[in-house]
Amino acid sequence: MEKRELTCIQCPMGCAITVEMDGGEVVNITGYTCNRGKIYAGKEVTNTTRTVTSSVRVTGSAKEDMVSVKTKTDIPKSKVFECAKALKGVTVQAPVHIGDVIVRDVAGTGVDVVATRNA
Amino acid sequence: MAEKYDIVIIGGGPAGLAAAAAAYDAGAGKILILERDRMLGGILNQCIHNGFGLHTFNEELTGPEYADRFIRKVEERKIEYKLNTMVMNMTADRTITAMNREDGMFDIEAGAVILAMGCRERPRGALNIPGYRPAGIFTAGTAQRLVNMEGFMPGREVVILGSGDIGLIMARRMTLEGAKVKVVAELMPYSGGLKRNIVQCLDDFGIPLKLSTTVVDIEGKERVEGVTLAKVDGSGKPIPGTEEHYTCDTLLLSVGLIPENDLSRQMGVEMSPVTRGPVVNESLETNLPGVFACGNVLHVHDLVDFVSEEAGIAGRNAAEYVKTGRGAGKESGIPVIAKDGVRYTVPSSIRPEFMNDRLVIRFRVGGVYRNCYISAYIGSERKIHKKCRIVAPGEMQQVILQKKDIEAAGSVENVTVCLEQE
Ligand SMILES: Cc1cc2nc3c(=O)[nH]c(=O)nc-3n(C[C@H](O)[C@H](O)[C@H](O)COP(=O)(O)OP(=O)(O)OC[C@H]3O[C@@H](n4cnc5c(N)ncnc54)[C@H](O)[C@@H]3O)c2cc1C
Ligand code: SF4
Repeated sequence: MEKRELTCIQCPMGCAITVEMDGGEVVNITGYTCNRGKIYAGKEVTNTTRTVTSSVRVTGSAKEDMVSVKTKTDIPKSKVFECAKALKGVTVQAPVHIGDVIVRDVAGTGVDVVATRNA
Repeated sequence: MAEKYDIVIIGGGPAGLAAAAAAYDAGAGKILILERDRMLGGILNQCIHNGFGLHTFNEELTGPEYADRFIRKVEERKIEYKLNTMVMNMTADRTITAMNREDGMFDIEAGAVILAMGCRERPRGALNIPGYRPAGIFTAGTAQRLVNMEGFMPGREVVILGSGDIGLIMARRMTLEGAKVKVVAELMPYSGGLKRNIVQCLDDFGIPLKLSTTVVDIEGKERVEGVTLAKVDGSGKPIPGTEEHYTCDTLLLSVGLIPENDLSRQMGVEMSPVTRGPVVNESLETNLPGVFACGNVLHVHDLVDFVSEEAGIAGRNAAEYVKTGRGAGKESGIPVIAKDGVRYTVPSSIRPEFMNDRLVIRFRVGGVYRNCYISAYIGSERKIHKKCRIVAPGEMQQVILQKKDIEAAGSVENVTVCLEQE
């Protein structure tokens, strides 16, 4: 049996929730005050995802040295570092518009990295 | 001769942009935004993480994307703005002196002025850390600008003092860029940042957060080489014997924000010692007729959505002032009193005749309170009594007063916002 300790972020109470897992299956959740916390904890241990934001160099822009980017949707948390690594050393050519794809299918997640600034 | 505008907005951040668009939509004619930076959008340009605009757009945007939505509103309305333009001085009769490279020094006469200068970070000089002042000490906001906009990493081994949101966000950012963030130390027994940021920026990466802890020593003459942390007692004094040493080449400070009010003070705007921002009435107008304030220059916000909302109100009221001169006689309003755990309120007075149907009163509390009620009294009658499981200083609170309730109460001495046990 594996135990995971979480802080619920669904409201300012910040309940400390304990999830007991057995072979990837949730067997028990304790410590939540309301149902929202129970749902959050269940999802957080089985399918944790995060949006990654960063910035990459841009050349040929009169205004900017860097253009900010994000993963278009959230990606598995286990891929966050790989994604950040894939963005290292990326340089793009101006003009860049918000929503332009900067890196396709980043770290094999199937998710594109897009620009969040015009340059 | 000085050029004349109906409304001049000082600062082109989210507050200034939303105020301009709202003033335009309310029928104001000649509007001008003055911005000292090389672009519109204010501090959002360096806040490249996501989580902005959930309330306004129902989607999670990054800072630059959120700013872009409002920049487009300003562009679509063809509202005039000047970049790289620093406002140097303002007078109580709303003559503005500004400077830029093309025009040099110039004067503008404004029918109404909206203060939207934002805030700045508490600098390290304000901190009581003994020892040398070696290189490698940055405010978290400076580090944010360096990493996100200039692509420059300030260091490799990082200790962060203060658990404000910018510090938490930078802990994650620098970790993803390959730095080792060793610890975040917070003087208070609670964090000043949003829970979401503690989980996603610290817990995700196993970065410890040490509460009731401060920096007692900084080592290194040329460059930071390490810091010593210690626990503090109830009065904030370091407890001997609790020292812990960390080697690091960088110390980030995230110890609070101060509204940027040098100009406001110069022109004679009355200030609140609590918010360090202007004292305003229900129209977000200062003691000087025709001078309004919104956004972080008024009080430090946690969510940019509320900045935009508040700025919209200031913009509409400024437009109304220019059209009708409303309230120019300066009748005084009903004072709004903050007490019992409530540190301040914005606005701090209400003139019922100029109130909209509903009035949002925003405030912050002075500590962490559990199972309490947020209450609002009109005179001696309790009108709002809202149960809260928990309220904390990091999150802005609000109550909404109805105009009809204020009118029905007749002449009352004051309105009170407070925390109650029952
Ligand atoms: C360093 C820093 C980082 C932040 N990071 C986050 C974050 O990560 N997440 C979050 O939710 N909130 C963050 N905030 C809070 C954020 O600032 C607000 O939510 C929002 O940007 C406030 O909008 P504003 O328009 O009031 O101020 P600002 O965005 O600060 O805009 C004020 C503008 O006024 C201009 N100005 C000031 N003085 C003059 C003058 N004399 N003449 C001409 N122009 C002038 C400035 O250049 C600036 O563009 C941060 C604040 C700071 C200071
Ligand atoms: S479990 Fe419920 S009460 Fe506790 S933090 Fe989560 S949402 Fe709030």
